[in-house]
Amino acid sequence: MRIVVTIKQVPDTNEVRLDPRTGTLIREGVPSIINPEDKNALEAALSLREQLGGEVIAISMGPPQADDALREALAMGVDRAILLTDRAFAGADTWATATTLGMAIQRLGQFDLVLAGRQAIDGDTAQVGPQLAEYLNIPQITYVREFEIHDGQVMAKRTLEDGYEVLETTLPALLTITKEANKPRYPTAPGIIRAYREQTVEQWGIQEVQGDPEKLGLKGSPTQVKRSFSPPPKEPGEIIQAAPAEAAKQLISRMKQRNLL
Amino acid sequence: MDFTFSKEHQLLRRMIREFAQQEVAPLAAEIDLEERVPFETLKKAAQVGLMGVPFPQKYGGAGAGEIGYCILMEELNKVCGATATIIGAHTGIGAMAIYLDGTEEQKQKYLVPLARGEKLAAFALTEANAGSDAAAIQTRAVRDGNEYVLNGSKIWITNGDIADILTVFAVTDPSLGARGGVTAFIVERDFPGFRVGTKETKMGIRGSSTAEIFFEDCRVPAENVLGQFGAGFLTAMKTLDVGRISLGAGCLGGSQAALDLAMDFAKSRYQFGEPIAQKQAIQWMIADMATEIEALRSLVYRTAWMMDSGQTGREFSTMAAMCKLYGSEVLDRCVDKCVQIHGGMGYMKKYPVERMYRDARITRIFEGTNEVQRQVIATNLFRKVGLRLR
Repeated sequence: MRIVVTIKQVPDTNEVRLDPRTGTLIREGVPSIINPEDKNALEAALSLREQLGGEVIAISMGPPQADDALREALAMGVDRAILLTDRAFAGADTWATATTLGMAIQRLGQFDLVLAGRQAIDGDTAQVGPQLAEYLNIPQITYVREFEIHDGQVMAKRTLEDGYEVLETTLPALLTITKEANKPRYPTAPGIIRAYREQTVEQWGIQEVQGDPEKLGLKGSPTQVKRSFSPPPKEPGEIIQAAPAEAAKQLISRMKQRNLL
Repeated sequence: MDFTFSKEHQLLRRMIREFAQQEVAPLAAEIDLEERVPFETLKKAAQVGLMGVPFPQKYGGAGAGEIGYCILMEELNKVCGATATIIGAHTGIGAMAIYLDGTEEQKQKYLVPLARGEKLAAFALTEANAGSDAAAIQTRAVRDGNEYVLNGSKIWITNGDIADILTVFAVTDPSLGARGGVTAFIVERDFPGFRVGTKETKMGIRGSSTAEIFFEDCRVPAENVLGQFGAGFLTAMKTLDVGRISLGAGCLGGSQAALDLAMDFAKSRYQFGEPIAQKQAIQWMIADMATEIEALRSLVYRTAWMMDSGQTGREFSTMAAMCKLYGSEVLDRCVDKCVQIHGGMGYMKKYPVERMYRDARITRIFEGTNEVQRQVIATNLFRKVGLRLR
């Protein structure tokens, strides 16, 4: 099995705080992490390799500091890590990102499976996985929480709002993995030291992916961000200050006034 | 001068913090209450390479050096002093003695499985009549053919009853005293004549095991002499020197956890219509804690850096003693203030603060009391100016 896992470096939103005065995000000092569901994709790939043998390649598009995310993937046990980084890739929307990843994966030659996290915690679009499958012209199953590989076929449980469906398709295919799929392993302590001191993250630019600059980065992005804004803060709630029985009475009458009861 | 942690140490800290939060913290209260060694946690720690963090990878370790090991002790002690103590006695002194003074063969045979966490280590020096006066040990080792026969007992040995491999110090020539008359041995628990005695019930770090061990005509192969014959006391002192840095790092973690809890509480506890953090009395305690913690952090990591860069002379030994001394006293003040800020809630077993307060107390005592540390520091300082202290 040759498995490619696409990962993204994102700010750790658990560590993001709001500036109490301006209401905007404080980005300073926020650590960067591997997008959580991409870790589920890595875990799925690594445990599949343990079952069936083969190779796991982690690939990410991002600025040079995304190197750290790929080192962490190496410390978790992937065989090879590739960082797609070039000024020509900058400003990409999901379409241009999927195009860049797709070109790079084609350069890798034969592969059996592409795994991606369901969506990233910063953009929340869940688009890159599906667009990548389209670019590579291979079948895709999204929102996968469990899957098996048999005789060149993949059978997957795809999460729906009120249950799941079981789908089957042929390899090569792309799956997007949800957090229910597994508990990602920790990078190991010796793995971390090796990842930084002995292993390499390959850096690929526009020459290595042999891409058409018109299709990449800002130029290749059909969507543009016009304006970004913070939603107005929620109105503060009201605490009814009274003895419990009296407070309950007041609460019920207020709810009735607003036709909530 | 550069105070930033390397990228690998930063990722190591993030990974250990996650491990500590998810695997260690949930058991902290339970193992304290039940006085139970968390073997399941030790197994998981071994799987992710946390049982041999400072040792080179060729010996089964993580290759993260003393700095990496201090990060481990700091992060573990934030959530559970007992688990940190077990791993500390195993890695920081038990296995460390073999790493520092073992032959290549001994390292392959003993250090590798210890560093991988397949086996557990202990360090056995203290005896009933040899605590701070470690040179007064009475356990005897007498040569008999290709073996040494050990007789005597050790007390208060962390991991004593659960260790597979113990670094043991015994008198080989009573006429020579500590310098020349003590030898270190590597003892396997299955050697005939090794026996475990009573397990102690303790005030704190109750999830770690502290036991009495006996040697009754315990036969140890001569090849298991650790370091130079007769130089065991040096091995002990050298190992303890190193252990003192990570002990300081553990105190740093405990202190930081106390500060974090105290601040969370001061922010959310309302009295007189406002968070108690608005009171100067609380603010001053927080400021003092934070200041001492930062001073300790610098001391600990500078000393760890000295070790990793091979600067292990007398100044290093003095600094290591300072790490232990200052670390345990900062911790003592921090947990005390943390309890005070929490008020009644700090005294209740329902909250982790009470356990942290009990766990902290041992750090001023074990691995060389603070009185001994002060003596080490003063002796080294005066020796530098030409005065030998009695």
